[in-house]
Amino acid sequence: MLRFLQNYPHFLEVVFDFFEKLIQPFGRWLNPGSVLEPAVIWIEEVGKGAVFDCRMCGQCILHSTGMTCSMTCPKNLRNGPCGGVRTNGNCEVYPEKPCIWVQAFERSINMPEYGFELMAIQPPVNRRLQGTASWINMLQGIDDDLPDGWVSTEEIPIVTPEVEVEVRKTWTVNAWTVNSKREAG
Amino acid sequence: MDSKRMDGKLKAGGRLERVLRSGRFAVTAELNPPDSADPEDVYRAALVLSTVCDGINAVDASGAHCHMSSVAICALLIRAGYEPIYQVSCRDRNRIAIQGDLLGAAAMGVRNLLCITGDDVSVGDQPEAKRVFDFDSIQLLRTARMMRDEGVFLSGRKLTTKPRFLLGAAANPFAPPFDWRPLRLAKKIAAGADFIQTQYCFDVPRLREYMKQVGDLGLLDEVYMLVGVGPLRSDRAAEYMRTKIPGVVIPDEVVERLRKTPKNQQREEGKRICVEIIQQVREIKGVDGVHVMAYRQEELVAEIIEGAGLFPRPRKTGASDPASRARPRSRNSPEE
Repeated sequence: MLRFLQNYPHFLEVVFDFFEKLIQPFGRWLNPGSVLEPAVIWIEEVGKGAVFDCRMCGQCILHSTGMTCSMTCPKNLRNGPCGGVRTNGNCEVYPEKPCIWVQAFERSINMPEYGFELMAIQPPVNRRLQGTASWINMLQGIDDDLPDGWVSTEEIPIVTPEVEVEVRKTWTVNAWTVNSKREAG
Repeated sequence: MDSKRMDGKLKAGGRLERVLRSGRFAVTAELNPPDSADPEDVYRAALVLSTVCDGINAVDASGAHCHMSSVAICALLIRAGYEPIYQVSCRDRNRIAIQGDLLGAAAMGVRNLLCITGDDVSVGDQPEAKRVFDFDSIQLLRTARMMRDEGVFLSGRKLTTKPRFLLGAAANPFAPPFDWRPLRLAKKIAAGADFIQTQYCFDVPRLREYMKQVGDLGLLDEVYMLVGVGPLRSDRAAEYMRTKIPGVVIPDEVVERLRKTPKNQQREEGKRICVEIIQQVREIKGVDGVHVMAYRQEELVAEIIEGAGLFPRPRKTGASDPASRARPRSRNSPEE
């Protein structure tokens, strides 16, 4: 298994960047329904499956979620952790597994390029894309096709990266470690 | 920036919104939903809460246990003249059902929503059920916002009359990852939250730290914060809550304090702890009220509210000196 690669989020975001540029010229041949589609789906299923436990939602946001697949959350949350995270950082549903959002947050901190995209508001999942190739959907802009009523919030600077970085420096008490010590003791 | 506070118009016109805007310390409480088809059970539970609360939460199968539905409880509460807060969770219904229910609730006169993810089915009494989670809480909040402000369904189809809602969201400052929690609050505010009700607070220092971080991000004036509190019935109840109910964190000191109390006085002691927490929470900058969750002990809510000196409602902390009374929390005041 290649899951250990997830612990190198910066490496993965560099790979993502490179890969995104690499496949751009192939847009002509990569279409839904093209002869190459089954191959792309297979590569995604095997490759991203091995590294990220990919669930083939067809609208990949890995680089916005700390290189952690948000669909592996039992509640399919795309916008951050629920309130049920255990004090040891494990999942409400599977007590023996770490919460994927705790991991996503820690990994995003080590992603200088895309880490802040964790603050983006992710639109509802398009369930029709389940099982399709997210690379094709990305190239063809299919995953950008949001419901007409959805008002995107990208332009609302509720917290800018600058404020966030500045503020985090002043948060001296790392309650995360304080609490896990309490748990252990 | 998009916030409740810029324009003077009321968003929903409900009692809760008026109390929050007036600068009074608000109190909401949770109604324990009956396992019954008798409306009297709802009225009886609401009666003890109604005299001391500005809003009553109708929970949506909390803990994934089946009870009377929240929309039906809201309908009954409105019929009796109370102010319900309609809790909508993403666990049981998909986006089509939820948007329909929102319109229906608004038509009946519901003016407050609380958009939550919902406890997982695995903690409930029917763990074999299918989990839906078509939306997450932020997408739900955003959709409700679009219905209210743009007057459209998610699909873009127009509504002939917009629903009027004060939009609420939940927050849990007591669950990890702690440094992400204030940022998640920022996301919820961006998605449209007007008020927040937090998970049970038993760890006041942690809440203080959280509120400081929220302040650092400049969010205190963007949202009304209601802190969740509640009485513990006994040390055993406390132990059960912190091990079995997702997201409830109770520090050892609190459980220990109850354990040292004789069994027949534990209920009284639990109430005292709750009152003390409310008094401490009131002192924290940016806290606009409390949300009392007294599971199966609603009769205690009135005593707690009076014991904490919240009846009649005092002004919020920081609004007591004349200078700030003239301009309470600048952007919150309806006159501007």
